[in-house]
Amino acid sequence: MADVPSDAPEDCPGTASAQAGKTSACQGCPNQAACASGTPKAPDPAIEEIKQKMSAVKHKVLVLSGKGGVGKSTFSAHLAHGLAGDQSKEIALLDVDICGPSIPRIMGLEGEQVHQSGSGWSPVYVEENLAVMSIGFLLSSPDDAVVWRGPKKNGMIKQFLRDVDWGEVDYLIVDTPPGTSDEHLSVVQYLSGTHIDGAVLITTPQEVSLQDVRKEIAFCRKVNLQIIGVVENMSGFVCPKCKINSQIFPPTTGGAEKMCRELNIPLLGKVPLDPRIGKSCDEGKSFFSEVPDSAATAAYRSIIHSIKEYCAFSSPTNRND
Amino acid sequence: MMQEFMNNLIKNLQIRFENFKVPKDVLLFVCDQFVVSADGSCPSEVENILDSIVEGKGNLALVQHIVLVLSGKGGVGKSTIATELALALRHAGKKVGILDVDLCGPSIPHMLNVRNKHVHQCDAGWVPVYANPEQTIAVMSIGFLLENPDDAVVWRGPKKTALIKQFVSDVSWGELDYLIVDTPPGTSDEHLAVVESLRGHGVEGAVLVTTPQAVSTGDVRREITFCKKTGLRILGIVENMSGFACPHCSQCTNIFSKGGGEELAKQTGVPFLGCVPLDPQLSSSLEEGGDFIKAFPLSNTFSAINEIVQKVMSGAAVRQ
Repeated sequence: MADVPSDAPEDCPGTASAQAGKTSACQGCPNQAACASGTPKAPDPAIEEIKQKMSAVKHKVLVLSGKGGVGKSTFSAHLAHGLAGDQSKEIALLDVDICGPSIPRIMGLEGEQVHQSGSGWSPVYVEENLAVMSIGFLLSSPDDAVVWRGPKKNGMIKQFLRDVDWGEVDYLIVDTPPGTSDEHLSVVQYLSGTHIDGAVLITTPQEVSLQDVRKEIAFCRKVNLQIIGVVENMSGFVCPKCKINSQIFPPTTGGAEKMCRELNIPLLGKVPLDPRIGKSCDEGKSFFSEVPDSAATAAYRSIIHSIKEYCAFSSPTNRND
Repeated sequence: MMQEFMNNLIKNLQIRFENFKVPKDVLLFVCDQFVVSADGSCPSEVENILDSIVEGKGNLALVQHIVLVLSGKGGVGKSTIATELALALRHAGKKVGILDVDLCGPSIPHMLNVRNKHVHQCDAGWVPVYANPEQTIAVMSIGFLLENPDDAVVWRGPKKTALIKQFVSDVSWGELDYLIVDTPPGTSDEHLAVVESLRGHGVEGAVLVTTPQAVSTGDVRREITFCKKTGLRILGIVENMSGFACPHCSQCTNIFSKGGGEELAKQTGVPFLGCVPLDPQLSSSLEEGGDFIKAFPLSNTFSAINEIVQKVMSGAAVRQ
């Protein structure tokens, strides 16, 4: 994928191809003129620079979903908290949702700013061993909107991957926005010189979610991204008064369980709806510390354990040890 | 150097589009989306967008009111609310269309049980899919253009922008009282494409959907800024998933908190259109591919949505 520029459309023939700039897919691509003129284009040097930077990162996990609002950021944040519970590990959480960065609030870091040093941007530390980066830290007001088109978003993601001084990291977790577009393509392309352990896909039980997650699965397969497994979030609600379970987001087509069986993908676990999760996120606190004995905490911990096991055994193809 | 470049660029564009009197702040806003360096050339995308802004009304000539449904946040129920608004309007005797510009995650076909339909061509362009035999609910979505509904649309911004422009200019909607435009979450290519393509057609405004929590309203704040930046009128905020009444014991639990949407409206000086509670019965019927069109007017949610629609319609009447 190295000769497909980060701002190229789908079906780009590659800048080195004889068809470069001439196929129908090239229409509208900002590089079309350069390609069609026959000037050979070198692969983006950032890919090599990022490869070097990422050599200090042992494991990389992407958190994806085709669907919005299923709990990707909530999950990413708690995956980070869960992994950082082991004080001997260094955890990094990167938020590439450029338009709707939720991570600063969920991690209790609203209002924090990023500092530049000789070795790059310093991430913001929640704990001694848990560092976070988000565009949220670059905005001066919570009302600021980032109204950028694809190429500008891609540029920011490149900077996040190349210029943040994470140091030595055991786990880098990348939280993404919903969809299968610029941000997702850019993360995968810029990390193409490194080994990504895999992606965790988040869904809720309804068909309207699953149909988007199936597309995300198709995306992962298209870009050769390993799928660690699926997490079914908001899976049932136990009424605090009568203790009866209600399916607020009903799995009428079999939920994640059936989808995973059909597509031969592991179901990592199901997390029930607990109003205290949303409350913790709003307050920027870890749900694990706030409500350690809940069914939701137990579910999260089991899922995190599965992810750790997967990473320990994942076989790299371009391992930079 | 950048400032000088931009000033010259704007001057040249003002000459090029002299007859159309495109406001300077619109020119600046469009240029700012694309110009990354002062390299002396005007990105072709800028000209394309300005061309689409000044194009004639075409297929939207007989559409009376256009309402966008936006949210900075994903999963708050934009598509559900968009569908419910359309159905409530239809119930009030209006002819409606729904344009789904969420290209990566198109939800509207599923909601109206038209997931496996395809679009046909006519002289004026694409014929929308009708969700009911009376043909009073017209729908367009990328979902209808896919071979297989599970096909992923892995497109970068420019390709998404191009299709959305086509959806705006090439769908033969015919006579409609209301066109509801459902959008994906965010403030990016799709939103800019739809706002810019519709600029010449007079958009009624935007309904912003949020859930009550701060994580959601935090993103919707940014969408409010987006609306202000693009000159899009805000019709108001809807607070969705606002409370859950247990069907077994009627205990009300605020699963996603409560009141955040109303508070946001107060803080930002934007109208508050109302709260819509969680309704698992309606969600089930939606999910089961049941007839949402029939089930909706009988549901608990209907009155909440109807109140919102009355506010939107009375606002529209005042502005006419």
